[in-house]
Amino acid sequence: MSESSGSKLSEDAAVSLEAQFRFQFEPAQDSYVLLYPEGLVKLEGSAGEIMKRVDGNKTVSQIIADLEATFPGVDLRQDVIDFLEHAYAKGWIRQ
Amino acid sequence: MQKAGSDSNKVTGPLWVNAEITYKCPLHCVFCYNPVDYATFGPELTTEEWLKTFREARDLGAVQLGISGGEPLMRDDVEVMVAEASDMGYYVNLITSGIGLTEKRISAFKEGGLGQIQLSFQDSTKELNDFLSSTRTFDLKSKVAKLIKEYEYPMVLNVVLHRLNIDHIQQILEMAEAMGAEHVELANSQYYAWAMENRKYLMPSRKQLEHAEEVTNRFRDRVGNKMKIYFVVPDYYSTRPKKCMNGWGVVFLNVAADGLALPCHEARMLPGLEFPNVRDHDVRWIWQESPGFAAYRGDSWMKEPCRSCPEKENDLGGCRCQAYMLTGDAANADPVCDKSPHHHLITEQVELAQQPQPPAAEIKPIILFRDDKNSRKLAEREAAHRDDTTPVT
Ligand code: SF4
Ligand code: SF4
Repeated sequence: MSESSGSKLSEDAAVSLEAQFRFQFEPAQDSYVLLYPEGLVKLEGSAGEIMKRVDGNKTVSQIIADLEATFPGVDLRQDVIDFLEHAYAKGWIRQ
Repeated sequence: MQKAGSDSNKVTGPLWVNAEITYKCPLHCVFCYNPVDYATFGPELTTEEWLKTFREARDLGAVQLGISGGEPLMRDDVEVMVAEASDMGYYVNLITSGIGLTEKRISAFKEGGLGQIQLSFQDSTKELNDFLSSTRTFDLKSKVAKLIKEYEYPMVLNVVLHRLNIDHIQQILEMAEAMGAEHVELANSQYYAWAMENRKYLMPSRKQLEHAEEVTNRFRDRVGNKMKIYFVVPDYYSTRPKKCMNGWGVVFLNVAADGLALPCHEARMLPGLEFPNVRDHDVRWIWQESPGFAAYRGDSWMKEPCRSCPEKENDLGGCRCQAYMLTGDAANADPVCDKSPHHHLITEQVELAQQPQPPAAEIKPIILFRDDKNSRKLAEREAAHRDDTTPVT
């Protein structure tokens, strides 16, 4: 897992899920979850919506654009960047 | 359903299913956590029965599946289980000694979506204290470790520590490093099942623990982040119990090879509780309705000192099996707690562990190795004990 707190994600590079992680919707919890060895994190609300778009193809700016198209009129930019930075620091995603 | 005290009415979970798919094992660990009478259990669940169980638990929201044993690789249907379970949406963890892990099998596991492999390092050969110098063990582990890396799994190594191997901690860590381990768990054996039988030979002294922690810390400083090391001391050395399984019937469902559904690995031993079998009941009923799973859920079953204890949410009174084994009543406080009137049962053992003991060579002929013959012997002893304590009517 990367110890990358502080390092910045590039907005123009694709982001993907780190190997070892599995992302899916869980009806029993009515939420998206991220699964990893012996653990899980619930990704509720916008966190789930953002992670859903982390597919190894989309760049950070494409994810922002995609979300802004789905939820028009809301400025999501900073939220998305904050969450992805957090996910990167946690070692959930890579670039 | 019975509604009791402050217990919430809605039963959620399980989240984690541990499938002990077989009790067959080529190893004979003296600290084995499998039930001591495993050799007398009925037939193992079939592939279909396992898949049905996984499906039913998945429908309740279980997301993590552990495939363990025994040595799970003694069965030839692990590939099917891995693939089907990960299709169902499980994150699948394989817990193995590595014996039987061939390239063919690991590539099928990868293909099937296996999430991670935990390799346990067992000093299980009857050579006991020679195990670290046993080239056979090392060669096997290195081969398996290489395969694990080749297939891009992180290298997770579990080492059970005890009185007879803990002084070799430096060598153990060096071996882990040589294998390229990324996560190393150094957990002292917990005194259940076979380890309970062998407790006095397995419990390290305070000095041994201090030495081991010191070596571990020094090692940690040297290797930094490339190897994460967890060190777990025996709970006998603390004054508060662990929150066992995160609570009885809260997240964890253990299914034994013969289909018995249990709230933890060891609960089969508890008297007066009938645990259901997945052959006879579906997991929903087992988890939500069966008396066995309801027995110690929440805190309404508690006695003093737990009942009125301000800390009860922290540990839920500790481990039911440990309370039963040591005090004779599963509803008592886990005697690890220094508020328990039975705490002396713990401190006495700890004191005993400070005494010198015969060298490993002398212990070898008397320590109990986990094998079928010993298991049948212990089963007879337990049956006799049950007869003794059953009131004659
Ligand atoms: S602890 Fe040892 S003997 Fe017991 S199942 Fe695991 S490898 Fe086999
Ligand atoms: S008295 Fe019971 S609830 Fe309180 S800390 Fe001890 S074991 Fe836990």
